[in-house]
Amino acid sequence: MPDTVELNVLLDRHPRRPESLLQVLREVQEVHNHIPPGIDAAIAEALGVPLARVRGVAGFYSFLSLEPLGRYRVLFSDNITDRMLGSREMMQALCGKLWLEPGKVSEDGLVSVATTSCTGMCDQGPALLVNGRAITRVTHQRINEIGELIRAGTPLTEWPAGFFRVDDHIRRRDLLLESDRMTGAALTAALERGPDAVIAELEASGLRGRGGAGFPTARKWAACRAAAGDERYVVCNADEGEPGTFKDRVLLASYADLVFEGMTVAALAIGARQGFLYLRGEYRYLLDALEDTLRQRRAAGLLGQGILGRAGFDFDIVIHLGAGAYVCGEESALIESLEGKRGIPRNRPPFPVTHGYRQRPTVVDNVETLCAAALIAMRGGAGYRAIGTPKSAGTKLLSVSGDCARPGIYEYPFGVSVRQVLNDCGASDALAVQISGPSGVCIGDAEFDRRIGFEDLATAGAFMVFDSSRDMFEVARNFVQFFAHESCGFCTPCRVGTSMQNALMDKIAHGMGTRHDLEELAKLDRVLQGASHCGLGHSACNPVLDTVKRFRPAYERRLQSLYFRPAFDLDGALAEARRMTGRDDAGAHIRGES
Amino acid sequence: MSETFLLDGEDIPFEPGQTVMQAALAAGHYIPHLCYHPEFKPHGSCKVCTVKIAGRYATSCTAPAQAGLDVASDTDEVNELRRTLVQMLFAEGNHFCPSCEKSGNCVLQALGYDLGVMTAGFRHLFPDRPVDASHPDILLDFNRCILCELCVRASCEVDGKCVFALAGRGITKHLIVNAESGRLADTEVELTDKALAVCPVGAILIKRQGFAVPIGERRYDLSPISAQALADAPRPPSGSQPCPSCEDEA
Amino acid sequence: MNKLRVATTSLAGCFGCHTSLLDIDERLFELLKLIEFDRSPLTDIKHCGPCDIGIIEGGICNAENVAVLREFRNNCKVLIAIGSCAVTGGLPAQRNHLDLGDCLSEVYLTEPGTMHGLIPNDPELPLPLDKVHPIHEVVKVDYFIPGCPPSADAIWKFLTDLIAGRTPSLGHGLIKYD
Repeated sequence: MPDTVELNVLLDRHPRRPESLLQVLREVQEVHNHIPPGIDAAIAEALGVPLARVRGVAGFYSFLSLEPLGRYRVLFSDNITDRMLGSREMMQALCGKLWLEPGKVSEDGLVSVATTSCTGMCDQGPALLVNGRAITRVTHQRINEIGELIRAGTPLTEWPAGFFRVDDHIRRRDLLLESDRMTGAALTAALERGPDAVIAELEASGLRGRGGAGFPTARKWAACRAAAGDERYVVCNADEGEPGTFKDRVLLASYADLVFEGMTVAALAIGARQGFLYLRGEYRYLLDALEDTLRQRRAAGLLGQGILGRAGFDFDIVIHLGAGAYVCGEESALIESLEGKRGIPRNRPPFPVTHGYRQRPTVVDNVETLCAAALIAMRGGAGYRAIGTPKSAGTKLLSVSGDCARPGIYEYPFGVSVRQVLNDCGASDALAVQISGPSGVCIGDAEFDRRIGFEDLATAGAFMVFDSSRDMFEVARNFVQFFAHESCGFCTPCRVGTSMQNALMDKIAHGMGTRHDLEELAKLDRVLQGASHCGLGHSACNPVLDTVKRFRPAYERRLQSLYFRPAFDLDGALAEARRMTGRDDAGAHIRGES
Repeated sequence: MSETFLLDGEDIPFEPGQTVMQAALAAGHYIPHLCYHPEFKPHGSCKVCTVKIAGRYATSCTAPAQAGLDVASDTDEVNELRRTLVQMLFAEGNHFCPSCEKSGNCVLQALGYDLGVMTAGFRHLFPDRPVDASHPDILLDFNRCILCELCVRASCEVDGKCVFALAGRGITKHLIVNAESGRLADTEVELTDKALAVCPVGAILIKRQGFAVPIGERRYDLSPISAQALADAPRPPSGSQPCPSCEDEA
Repeated sequence: MNKLRVATTSLAGCFGCHTSLLDIDERLFELLKLIEFDRSPLTDIKHCGPCDIGIIEGGICNAENVAVLREFRNNCKVLIAIGSCAVTGGLPAQRNHLDLGDCLSEVYLTEPGTMHGLIPNDPELPLPLDKVHPIHEVVKVDYFIPGCPPSADAIWKFLTDLIAGRTPSLGHGLIKYD
């Protein structure tokens, strides 16, 4: 097999252990645009895992495929903000140009076009990925050019560089974004303070996790430091998958040093020798620059053996890439994924701080949290604590997108009102704001004086604005589709419930909904919120609940006056039989509702 | 004297390390469950064993027993939730009991009976799941698979073969077997495998053994599943050691 | 007391549930003190009039099933799905993973012995739906009695509970899906 040599070269870049499975599969996918038959078995043998497990992992991540998907795989970001910018029409246009149906591979094996969950380019959409490379600001003209380039078989390296431009769009800087390039300053300060004092400063700072849940960072680090075990790990969660969130992308693009500095401070504090940056597959384009930064830090003595000359302070960072699975943003699913497995959230307790990566004590922190931790290690906790509100110290990065004049990154002290943010971003006609993405909360204009912070509107950072021209039912439906697509399928309520919720929303969208369907949606919510295994299932019904409560007319106007009607078109269900029999008499149709 | 927690108002003693489910079953108290098996590490995926602890829902097969917990299990609210979960499983697959050899001995069916499930309620998904009849002695009927992963766990941990695995995700999640061809006949499976015996439904069947026990004398004809709690009481694990490729040494 | 008016029918079913109803044997006399039959295979009344209870056996596999089911739903205060086919689609629904067009071609056109065959197209014949559905997917259903068929005792217990104004409840041994 000609591929064997190539596969061996690829395998040699990784330890031949089960943990490498996902990274190997991702690289094979990058080379072959799928996992070819035979290669899966060779990988299984090389890494010492069953073949079924290789296929099981390949089938879990949406960027991996056991079937050929064309030499060009185009994936349109399908977040509501992309749709609002015309992504659906552009996808149709590209398909039309390529004589292709969405989701299908062209007969010559050249290209496939489909959708993918939010790629984190909401402030410069509509966006898409071509063979994993992000393209922003898609216009009809750009679609035409892309179509031509694909038809001509032009390699991606020869596509116009402007296609791949990603802007930071930093609109408001505060404490964090005003900080200078950090090359060792925080680490030097942390070394002087010592691990216990670093944790004490964090405690004094009041820093809470920026991924949304808001767990006190000092408590997490202290628990990990105190946990029994000889190996500890620091993991930076850069699996920024919540639709509408893109602040970690900007931190990784322009503040990577600060991120790694924070990871190294964490390593010092908990006593870790190994760190991982888990980078979402959608941000693959950042990989080379991040690896460069790591190399520079090693050369500067900020990573590796004896960091900053301190004997025994050894720490290094490996970057792992995700492959299209939102659920891996959940910390225990992320650890499973780091171990090369399907990203299924674990049962807790035990928690990662005692039983994390390879069952060793592990700290998993959000990108922004680690940046803040680095600043606190350098400047102390008191100054940080002085900013924000009683329960929410410091600042928060918001990823603002949707209907506003100036989408981008806004850093505010906690406690800023939604109205203030709307004013600053130029959203003059806001009808609603989705705070913290689909799993967060949707608020209407009566609530715009509410404040960002753990006391009121806790957020991982997404801030999507919808103006009065928007249909909030379609917003909720987009989020429902997202959850159904991203459910890992582990637990019954989420696996089945998200699909049923999706079907009910489709039914309503197709004008076949009734009051009975709203009751069914409420019933699903009770089951998902009550019995789901992780946060994905718990929050999967939030978009519908919030919009039914606040924008009920968007639903009512679609409902039929009956209490019940079927989810399918009865007369349409006879179409095949009519075609086969050639009949079109009255008896060959089903009329009316009842 | 061991410590206790409350289950529906009754004191349940427990040993350190036990879950709420294990302690309850050991004390002869039944909590409905499906993917839990007394010989395997709790999995916590079916969620049928959901209870309310101090007003919050929890999965009793994975929740550690702790002194002083107040656990509500046999309440209208919790049973209604369980009913809905069982309904979801019936609607998700193709569960046509009249033609199933497992009928009468099926845990999903017995749970439905005991919880008073009269209909799947939801719209049936009617998935297209071809059976794998390739093996001369074993039938794999994916239509009835409820994704409890008991066969996956048993095949790795007891049989040491990892014949079964899961693929796909979300509603497309499905069982696969460990063979290049993807067919059961080409795996290392054997009739004596624990993986075959643990299937709670009719997804894994030994051929030519169906309907051996007359209707009326099958396991759950005799008494409801809730009356058979002691049969499910915790016992030593059948697994010798964790599968090296699946589990890390804890 | 006025007798309750009850209609029954079998759609895509085998009349097994009706046979099981007859298996309540001498209790039929007791039942007839409480109810009278409207449209039913037992009466030969062709259309369902206003009724208190409608009992549907069988799933929905063709256009005629839909018409009859709607007639029942429109006329019956309480609608009961009886048996596996009405409750889950049952045996007829085992065709749901097949394409209807392929089925019809194979049976009438391409199978050996069907040379010059023709797919029946007489307007008298109800056209099949592309999928078979349990009845609750087509109309609102109030109660379900599973079983293939439900036993006579289950039917008796269910109906007597309902007629007496109790919430029907089948305990162990009476709820059966097979």
